[in-house]
Amino acid sequence: MAEKTINIKLKVWRQGGEFGGGKLVDYSLDDVGTDMSFLEMFDVLNEKLIAEKKTPVSFEHDCREGICGTCSMVINGQPHGPMKGTTTCQLHMRSFNDGDTIVVEPFRAKSFPVIRDLVVDRSSFDAIIQAGGYISVNTGQAQDANAIPVEKDVSDAAFDAATCIGCGACVAACPNSAAMLFTSAKVSHLSTLPQGKVESSKRVQAMVNQMDKEGFGMCSNIKACEAECPKEISVDNIALMNRQYLASVLGSDKQA
Amino acid sequence: MNWFIQFLTSSIGRKLIMSLTGLFLILFLPVHLVGNLQLLMNDGGEAFNVYADMMGHNAFIQFTAKGLYFFILLHAVQGVIIYMKNKNASGQKYAKSTNANATWASKNMIWLGLLLLIFIFIHMGDFWFAMKFQEWDQAELGREMIAYNIEGQSVELKNLYAKVNYSFTNPLIVGVYVLSMVGLMFHLLHGFASAFQTLGLNHKKYTPAIELLGKLYSIIIPLAFAIIPILHYAGVVGK
Ligand code: HEM
Ligand code: SF4
Ligand code: FES
Repeated sequence: MAEKTINIKLKVWRQGGEFGGGKLVDYSLDDVGTDMSFLEMFDVLNEKLIAEKKTPVSFEHDCREGICGTCSMVINGQPHGPMKGTTTCQLHMRSFNDGDTIVVEPFRAKSFPVIRDLVVDRSSFDAIIQAGGYISVNTGQAQDANAIPVEKDVSDAAFDAATCIGCGACVAACPNSAAMLFTSAKVSHLSTLPQGKVESSKRVQAMVNQMDKEGFGMCSNIKACEAECPKEISVDNIALMNRQYLASVLGSDKQA
Repeated sequence: MNWFIQFLTSSIGRKLIMSLTGLFLILFLPVHLVGNLQLLMNDGGEAFNVYADMMGHNAFIQFTAKGLYFFILLHAVQGVIIYMKNKNASGQKYAKSTNANATWASKNMIWLGLLLLIFIFIHMGDFWFAMKFQEWDQAELGREMIAYNIEGQSVELKNLYAKVNYSFTNPLIVGVYVLSMVGLMFHLLHGFASAFQTLGLNHKKYTPAIELLGKLYSIIIPLAFAIIPILHYAGVVGK
């Protein structure tokens, strides 16, 4: 079966170098195979640009299998594009039609400054993790699977939260640029399991404080994050984090 | 920094204040409504005027009212601060933005809130200020005071009922009231359930009930408030 191809127009945000403070630049690309991923389409565009002795588009990518969270970009107004629960690298050109104009922009938030073109600096997320997104109590050697009893639905909840890949789509989608979904996924993942529960009170304060310090916005419960998250992390985690934070600040002697 | 100040100025602390003051206002509205529904009684205003006079002189009501003014201002000021901080946190606007997956009300809470704030000032000026501090235009209302026979005694009360009835002959005022109640409906369609989520009160069994209650409340309460000026304007009650 012959591969189906489409012709598309692109409006890509270019910033830095000859593009200065940034602008949308038009490109057109013909005979794009619909089985290509969105990033492969960019690879083809960049080869074309290099052949024309132009500067290729900078974009981030690593695993190209939907697990690393680096492939950040906003496609037609949606982080990671139109397909629900999918990263950009897992989005395929068959999601678009012949003749479509596709607008591609970087994730926008004060705490995610643009480095170049579509590449943004997400080290503010690293700072939140460094503030408490780990377990520092001694948990001993690797345990027997049945040495620590954990209920199935509890472990499921923890694993659901743990699927957060730290991509930042939640922040990009949020009109307030809040990082509550990301932070709450980490808080929830760690505090739900026995090894992480031990430090949960201190952790939630430390991570929320750092989140605020990084300049992210506040949550208005708009829930655009949940809709755009490639891992479909639930806003239930945000309620859980709020609950833990209030209990920790008001009800414990912990101070982070 | 003192831990408590740090808490109150943290993102979740600010939202806690928003949520608690919002819930207080949610409790206040039905109480206010029950009093106001007496404006729909065709009794020449007796029940309402007696009630208004009692509210003006009851120490407990007056104390609670001070708390109410404070909470409204706190909610409004905090709302503006949150809005400005969030604006400051968000980067450059997207050339193409969809946000199709979020409700209109949730993205416009500040504008709905400011509409309500303006309404509250107009409303207070109309009736509260008029009741407390103003001499009324006798030509408009017939007379300012009205006498009732209560438990065998003749009592002179301010005729706030006539004042309200007169105000609601003005289509502009009726329009402002009805529009504001539509604003209140949208503010609450998002705000009611949102306040519980902010408090972390999220539960597989109870959240659907809270959401349903929120929808019912957000429609019924503003509608009942809006009916009062409409019926007075239409002349169904009061004249
Ligand atoms: C009768 C009047 C009002 C009621 C019953 C009410 C109720 C509420 C409730 C329940 C919330 C949800 C809180 C949360 O998400 O935790 C809320 C949010 C909000 N209110 Fe009001 N409100 C009223 C008036 C106002 C006024 C006068 C303003 C003036 C600016 C205002 C501005 C806001 C804003 C900006 C939010 C969103 C905060 C956020 O989540 O980012 N509200 N309101
Ligand atoms: S919560 Fe979802 S959108 Fe946010 S960083 Fe994690 S995976 Fe990405
Ligand atoms: S490149 Fe790793 S998730 Fe897309």
